[in-house]
Amino acid sequence: MERIPILKMGECLLVSIQVDMHDRLAMTLQDDLTTRIAETRAHGVLIDISALEIVDSFIGRMLGNIASMARVLDAQTVVVGMRPAVAITLVELGLSLPGVSTALNVEKGMDVIRSALASRGNGRSPT
Amino acid sequence: MSTKSRIPEIIGRYSDLLPEWMENQLAAVTLRRDLINEPELREQSRQFLNLLTASLSSANGDTEPSGPTWRETRDFLADMSRSRARQGFTPSETATFVFSLKQPLFDRLRRELGRDADALAQEIWNGTVLLDKLGLFTTEVFQKGREEVIARQQQEVLELSTPVVELWEGILAVPLIGTLDSARTQVVMENLLQKIVDTGATIAIIDITGVPTVDTLVAQHLLKTVAAARLMGAECIVSGIRPQIAQTIVHLGVELNDVITKATLADAFAVALRRSGLGVARTTG
Repeated sequence: MERIPILKMGECLLVSIQVDMHDRLAMTLQDDLTTRIAETRAHGVLIDISALEIVDSFIGRMLGNIASMARVLDAQTVVVGMRPAVAITLVELGLSLPGVSTALNVEKGMDVIRSALASRGNGRSPT
Repeated sequence: MSTKSRIPEIIGRYSDLLPEWMENQLAAVTLRRDLINEPELREQSRQFLNLLTASLSSANGDTEPSGPTWRETRDFLADMSRSRARQGFTPSETATFVFSLKQPLFDRLRRELGRDADALAQEIWNGTVLLDKLGLFTTEVFQKGREEVIARQQQEVLELSTPVVELWEGILAVPLIGTLDSARTQVVMENLLQKIVDTGATIAIIDITGVPTVDTLVAQHLLKTVAAARLMGAECIVSGIRPQIAQTIVHLGVELNDVITKATLADAFAVALRRSGLGVARTTG
């Protein structure tokens, strides 16, 4: 079964979605990611959706759900690389992803996570 | 049509048709001497008469002006209608140019066929139908031209009125002017988001100084734009809110709590600079 790889980088988990998301894949990602956050005690999750051309309401809601779940597990989620057309579609669908941090690209997303971790100052300082 | 029309033959025979038509046109109260001079009008009349005769003869008396043999005449009338529209003629004045040929033409027909009442009635009917169609054709072209102009202007206004400017590295500004409707919001949103991708900006200032009224719909459009920019990782500041608009927004119960709002673009820019870790210093000396 195809899975979306989850990479660990220091305190962060990096998820890069390079294939078209279908619902089952999204559910698998949700399962895998929550498991990995708990396992690795990560404090930041970066989801790169720059390759996603189509985001429907289900995937939009799933992104919101993942962010909420990660927050419960004490990790901050940043969604990066959303395409303009996707952003417009999500807004028109009424899904503005409240509570999810966003950034233009992976680099800026990492900055967001770093500054959030730094301001939290929870001992394990990011490097 | 059973018999061949004699109109082209009659136009050809009477060389005084053009001078008389010109005379009538010049005497008419509807002539716009301020817009067209006599030689120009004479040239147009001569060309039209020639083309009409040519089309009639090659159409073998067929007076249906939508056929292929009438193409040249139609093209001429279309050109004339367009140029007259630019000069400021009304469509009825342009159509009157074609209709005014009826009087001298029917005069000739009566002289030629006066003894044969049936033939005369038939020819006058043919001539009326033909000239009416040609006259209406000029009006149609006129209207089509207008519609094209309106459509082009709408498109231009749409493009002109939605610029996205880069104020500083990483700071964009969208000065909105005019009413925000769904179509414009869509264009603004697309332009803004594309610019965010191009420049990697993290702050966008939406200035609504030029928006005359803000109702619930406009506010909703604004919030949509702000939400879309946020999804792209850019924070939005709404500036240029006039006191009346602030009152309206509160009276309407529009929630702008999640958005940073400032009274002027300068204030918004100052905030944007501060957030980017930049500052402005006065140089001494």
